[in-house]
Amino acid sequence: MDEQILEIEESIPVNPIESFLRTDRIPHIWCPGCGIGTTVNCFTRALETSGLDLNKVSIVSGIGCTGRVAGYLNLDSFHTTHGRPIPFATGLKLANPELKVVVYSGDGDLFAIGGNHFIHAARRNLDMTVICVNNSIYGMTGGQVAPTTPIFATASTTPHGNFEQPFNLPYLADSCGAVYVARWTAYHVRHLTKSIKEALAKKGFSFIEILAPCPTLYSRRNKLGDGLDQMLYYKENSEIKHGANTKEVALEFQSKIIVGKFVDRDRPDYLTLMNEHYQKKFGDKYTPYKG
Amino acid sequence: MKADPKAVLTGAHFLDGDHACSEGAIAAGCRFVAGYPITPSTEVVERIAERFPLIGGVFIQMEDEIASSIAIQGAVWAGKKAMTVTSGPGFSLMMEHIGLAAMTETPCVFVDVQRGGPSTGLPTQPAQGDMMQARWGSHGDYGIIALSPNSPQECFDLTIKAFNLSEQYRVPVLFMMDECVGHMTERVIIPPAEEINIFPRRFYEGPRDEYLPFKPDEDLVPKIVKAGDGYKIHVTGLTHDEKGYPVMTAAAQEKLIPRLVNKIKLNAEKIIEYKEDNIDDAEVVVVTYGITSRVAIPAINQARQEGIKVGHLRLIVVWPFPEKRITELAGRIKSFIVPELNQGQIFYEVERNAYGKAPVYLVPHAGGTVHNPKDIYNAIIKSLKGK
Amino acid sequence: MRTEIKIGGFGGQGVILSGYILGRAASIYDNKYATMIQAFGPEARGSACSAQVIVDPNIIDYPYITNPQILVVMSQEAYAKFSSELAPGGILITEEELVNPINLRKDVKHYSIPATRFAEELGKKLVVNIVMIGFMTAVTKLINPEAMRKAVIASVPKGTEDLNLKAFDKGYQYGLNVVSGKSN
Repeated sequence: MDEQILEIEESIPVNPIESFLRTDRIPHIWCPGCGIGTTVNCFTRALETSGLDLNKVSIVSGIGCTGRVAGYLNLDSFHTTHGRPIPFATGLKLANPELKVVVYSGDGDLFAIGGNHFIHAARRNLDMTVICVNNSIYGMTGGQVAPTTPIFATASTTPHGNFEQPFNLPYLADSCGAVYVARWTAYHVRHLTKSIKEALAKKGFSFIEILAPCPTLYSRRNKLGDGLDQMLYYKENSEIKHGANTKEVALEFQSKIIVGKFVDRDRPDYLTLMNEHYQKKFGDKYTPYKG
Repeated sequence: MKADPKAVLTGAHFLDGDHACSEGAIAAGCRFVAGYPITPSTEVVERIAERFPLIGGVFIQMEDEIASSIAIQGAVWAGKKAMTVTSGPGFSLMMEHIGLAAMTETPCVFVDVQRGGPSTGLPTQPAQGDMMQARWGSHGDYGIIALSPNSPQECFDLTIKAFNLSEQYRVPVLFMMDECVGHMTERVIIPPAEEINIFPRRFYEGPRDEYLPFKPDEDLVPKIVKAGDGYKIHVTGLTHDEKGYPVMTAAAQEKLIPRLVNKIKLNAEKIIEYKEDNIDDAEVVVVTYGITSRVAIPAINQARQEGIKVGHLRLIVVWPFPEKRITELAGRIKSFIVPELNQGQIFYEVERNAYGKAPVYLVPHAGGTVHNPKDIYNAIIKSLKGK
Repeated sequence: MRTEIKIGGFGGQGVILSGYILGRAASIYDNKYATMIQAFGPEARGSACSAQVIVDPNIIDYPYITNPQILVVMSQEAYAKFSSELAPGGILITEEELVNPINLRKDVKHYSIPATRFAEELGKKLVVNIVMIGFMTAVTKLINPEAMRKAVIASVPKGTEDLNLKAFDKGYQYGLNVVSGKSN
């Protein structure tokens, strides 16, 4: 009898991304229809083929629904304070340049409370990948307006509709000097996986915006259906336009969504510049910094 | 463990307190500093920026104090010893990350060169108005350690001690300077590197699969590892279990938070440091810290010359507070005098621990300069004349 | 005995460096204690600025100066601002051509030196502060002149040591002459 049960258990196929997850922390907290889990799946598949030594990959999150990503990934993972994953990641990377540092957080965390850190990390071209899951709302606190909420959309703190201009995130990242900028939706799993892999391989500040549904607090309040309806919407209204001018990819309420890889350029990263500068300045007296 | 001889500037120097603090950090092995310019602390990071490139350190001027106070924590988890430096307004901005360091047991040093406050206050003049903020500034309950130097020499010596204590107890250590000490230039003797004791980071060395990142040793302090070592640690500011995983229950909170408090409270006698003069026969004890410990001396000397039995208790470690010692003294002296460059902060701590057995008199000062020793002398006299 | 010294002038005259050299000489090369406090804020950048130094054979407790026994001034504004602080019977040292010691108190011992002119004669007006402290060393006898010379060498920019030593010696010699003249 016991043997039989054992056989049955052995025959259950293992989830291919299981080794990337802290399975002892599953089930996760995300709602049915939420897009964050899909993005995590893409991230792990990108990691799988990236050739990176997973012992040297660190993931840093802020606070919020996406902020919980760090806690589910079987990597060195840091769940920091609200808005501050980028400066934490800055210290981590500069203290040990061998680490591949990924910041994984939400739009409110990275662009409202953490906006200042984002623009400066991009300006400095710190070698890190920033993945922003943009669900147009503050999810964890109950659906308040975010710097990404489209005009006219309703949020719990804009019950009569939003009238503030939201950020165009790719344009912001581009103008601050990011070397890699892409946008996808939770629907574009293959493109997104490839894009994350490219970003991880890119030296310097890489940024990926991922539009994802928040059925509980955004879609429902704005009468956009459930998670599946949002995915259908992404499918039907997205247009892939690699190399698009980031000025022209701003999002409006239920508008067409321009996705693709917008920026891919080369610019020496912070530590390369630091080492080159001090070598010029101090000559042989300077030992190139390696951590 | 000893300091790195290649980095230590052994010899006699004429240095201000800010620069001496930089040299203390370097001697202690600090190789990552993040800061944001703010008077009167800026000289600390200026010297660090000058010195670091040739001794393998990284200084980064961050976009604000919030960023600085968490960048250092990233650096610590990647294996560096790290510090940030600020003054009043910046210190206020750092409060949340003092809490993060306490919660995640991240050893690091916060230097606060105190100036007149609140708000922008007196940027170029001294005060001691951040002492309670240092203890209680972040939300929730946690233990910290705070030191208060009174000279450039101590800015050097005690910065090393601050790093050592932060490593030993895995807590943020707050280095509470003030503008007067920071901008005062005096002789600073930097000893040979082999005479400087460094408390090494408490790295875990046991079997890999048995490691629990937040399982405490007997002294309530857990062993640490760093990112990249293959342990795949999870570090969170949420209430967590010994594995580091978030557990948001009353039971988990009850297990974690008392330990964060007790690892300082129960080790307090080992951490506390104070200096006493003429305490044995004292009828009046002046309790001081930082620059005020020097300003009180002329007042104490004058009173003693007049036959008044005045003793001096000078706090070097301010937090944890020497509660027992104050209670002991209260049982046998006539009064305490507490001069401080604020409207009463450590005063209340003395009063609380005196348990009404001896009256405690505050000599307040709004800051901007130091006390006139006469005011302290008058308080000593008044305290004996009947309350 | 505790001696309080205030050095005042306008920005660019090397007031702070003078105080630094004095304190360094006393505490590193002359076996004494010294505490220097510089005036910060707007007054350090432009008009009247000052350095305060305490020199004491014993450890220094109270860190600020209240009534300096020695006041060195290199500008009229510094004279106007600080001369009333001078302790009774104190020593006032002025730059002869920049300071007119109006309403000079009778209890004050006054010495002056055309330090700017001497500095110009040495080819660099910038060393006026070093001429002044050389002069001060001679008339006050507070610090050993050799200690002062060592502190000058250790504190000035590399390559300017000889010029600064000449400036120091010029002021020092002039001071010795003035003192011996007075005692005659």
